[in-house]
Amino acid sequence: MKQPILEITNLHAGVEGKQILKGVNLRITEGEVHAIMGPNGSGKSTLAAILAGREGYSITEGQIHYYGKDLLEMSPEARAREGVFLAFQYPVEIPGVNTTYFLKAAVNEVRKHNGLSEYDAMEFLNLVKEKMKILHLPEDFLKRPVNAGFSGGEKKRNEIFQMVVLDPKLAILDETDSGLDIDALKVVSAGVNKLKRQDNAQLVITHYQRLLDYIIPDFVHVLFNGEIVRTGGKELALELEERGYDWILKEELQTA
Amino acid sequence: MTTATETIEGFVKSEYKYGFFTDIESDSAPPGLNEDIVQFISTKKNEPEFLLEWRLKAYRHWLKMEEPKWPKVSYPKIDFQKIVYYSAPKRKGDGPKSLDEVDPKLLETYEKLGIPLRERGRLAGVAVDAVFDSVSVATTFKGTLAAKGVIFCSFSEAVHEHPDLIKKYLGSVVPYTDNFYAALNSAVFSDGSFCFIPKGVRCPMELSTYFRINAANTGQFERTLIVAEESSHVSYLEGCTAPMRDENQLHAAVVELVALDNAEIKYSTVQNWYPGDEEGRGGIYNFVTKRGLCKGRKSKISWTQVETGSAITWKYPSVVLQGENSTGEFYSVAVTNNYQQADTGTKMVHVGKNTRSTIISKGISAKHGQNSYRGLVKIQKGATGSRNFSQCDSLLIGNKCGAHTFPYIEVKNTSSSVEHEATTSKIGEDQIFYCNSRGIETQDAVNMIVNGFCKEVFKELPMEFAVEAQKLLGVSLEGSVG
Ligand SMILES: Nc1ncnc2c1ncn2[C@@H]1O[C@H](COP(=O)(O)OP(=O)(O)O)[C@@H](O)[C@H]1O
Ligand SMILES: [Mg+2]
Repeated sequence: MKQPILEITNLHAGVEGKQILKGVNLRITEGEVHAIMGPNGSGKSTLAAILAGREGYSITEGQIHYYGKDLLEMSPEARAREGVFLAFQYPVEIPGVNTTYFLKAAVNEVRKHNGLSEYDAMEFLNLVKEKMKILHLPEDFLKRPVNAGFSGGEKKRNEIFQMVVLDPKLAILDETDSGLDIDALKVVSAGVNKLKRQDNAQLVITHYQRLLDYIIPDFVHVLFNGEIVRTGGKELALELEERGYDWILKEELQTA
Repeated sequence: MTTATETIEGFVKSEYKYGFFTDIESDSAPPGLNEDIVQFISTKKNEPEFLLEWRLKAYRHWLKMEEPKWPKVSYPKIDFQKIVYYSAPKRKGDGPKSLDEVDPKLLETYEKLGIPLRERGRLAGVAVDAVFDSVSVATTFKGTLAAKGVIFCSFSEAVHEHPDLIKKYLGSVVPYTDNFYAALNSAVFSDGSFCFIPKGVRCPMELSTYFRINAANTGQFERTLIVAEESSHVSYLEGCTAPMRDENQLHAAVVELVALDNAEIKYSTVQNWYPGDEEGRGGIYNFVTKRGLCKGRKSKISWTQVETGSAITWKYPSVVLQGENSTGEFYSVAVTNNYQQADTGTKMVHVGKNTRSTIISKGISAKHGQNSYRGLVKIQKGATGSRNFSQCDSLLIGNKCGAHTFPYIEVKNTSSSVEHEATTSKIGEDQIFYCNSRGIETQDAVNMIVNGFCKEVFKELPMEFAVEAQKLLGVSLEGSVG
């Protein structure tokens, strides 16, 4: 029996009195890939940030369960250690902290949490070497400070690299495709697809259909003005590509 | 492969852990300062006439001086008549001849501070001179060092055993007329360390002095003098702690370094005087004059400091580059958390031809901390072909703290070059959240970022102390976020 990983029920959330999410419902089960699409400003990044535990949002209604646990009660680091991973839309630069050190600390936090021994430098290097190749990362990459001075594409590849190394249960990708050329897009998608298994899930947030040529979703949801207004299969993405978002909005208005 | 930040995992989570007081009988002067007190100190130490005269001259000069007002620090006026200028743990006869004669309470105190005075254990490769309030209580490894001709002893002992060297070098780099606190120190200094490395000798171990203020209302005024003869080499480290008290205490030290031809002195400080509490009550006023003279050709003096303690820090370890082709370096990490204030930096005075200096300063401010870098690079007319590179970086944690940079540059010839770079950055919520979202706790994230920021300085510290310094930094910044 497949277990549900994430269950969002009637989520209302906002920032500084501004309502952004207005009743989101979403259920993700093991082995599934979900895509969330929607125009700019519809609340996609807000949803991702709330899932990862960023402060500053007020949840006015609704619940989120992760493997049956109340996700909103967990600190962001506890979520990460239990397998939630967010690939940021705008990854942050951390000058002075080298990528090896950073990622090794992250991996060891997860291992500690799972009662496993921490990796030493050698074990860690062995773990990451192969994965660097998958993402076509240059040799010196690990020695550079986290994201500092990286190009937009490098930052995105670094996010997916971290994801592949951390092997999360629930991977959330926030517009990982934006700013990538077609070759980089293929590389990144290959990384994401490598991760796909029957006991984990992916939530892919994107503005364009393009990414979904490479990462094939089981479900596509359209988030509009803080609500999921439509859910369908992968063909919904194509339809959106052809017709834009307006037709959905019109249909919504008619049925309302 | 271990990176500079890799040891952070072992960070201790605790408050100022050196804040205890040792209940030991002491021999003190009454509070206040006058010629009698100066005389009292000199008599206590059974000093030769020349030294008493020098002290009295310094005292008379001090009376004519005013406290400096230019540092960017503020504190209530110090009443110099309320301070006790001499306090020493009581001892029988002439003082201990060996460690076995040292009061066990003192040995225990240093043990608790993590500075075992037994010549084995963790610091087996480091010779220690332990200064407790006004006097040196023990110096380790004297025998091993003497075999190489290295003199490492308390200042008082040096005055008796090597008066010629003291006469020759005392005040030769920092004259008593130099500044208000140097003059005060010259009048009332009670002890400190003396090191002499003879020609051609590479000192076989790290030398270090550990300063401890224990008694209440006592000022600590110590002097350190290091002389490195031709082609010799020494690495020296000082550490400092004090009990937690609501009153402020004054520490006004003078350090003089002299490097002859081809000699190298590496001087490292890990300063962790009691910084005061979260409301800014108590803490040490650390008003210190440190200067090195690169007297010989191709000599080198390098200052590395990690300043995490003290309520107020006011110090500018400097190098006078007199010898041709000599080199001066200054590497500094200064932390101000809660209500701490630091006005620190360096002076590089280029006198000789083709002299080089490097300044790397890292200031970290959190809570209400105020951190100023103040540096002077002076290239004199005759110092042709000289070069300086300065880099001053500030890191802010939170919105209430401040960082300030005051670089002064004077270049008097056209063949020299001076380069100055400065940056200010802030640990942002975004960076912390990014770390959190990778399973890393906020305090660990701060430590990681701070250690990354200080890497260039930490790598200059002797190995044993680099790890200590990192831990200390973590403890000092405990609770600085959120
Ligand atoms: N911290 C914030 N403060 C104020 N408004 C915000 C904040 N974050 C997001 N918003 C607003 O909420 C809406 C949704 O933003 P976002 O979740 O980033 O959308 P998307 O990722 O779908 O483009 C936008 O109108 C945006 O301006
Ligand atoms: Mg977005």
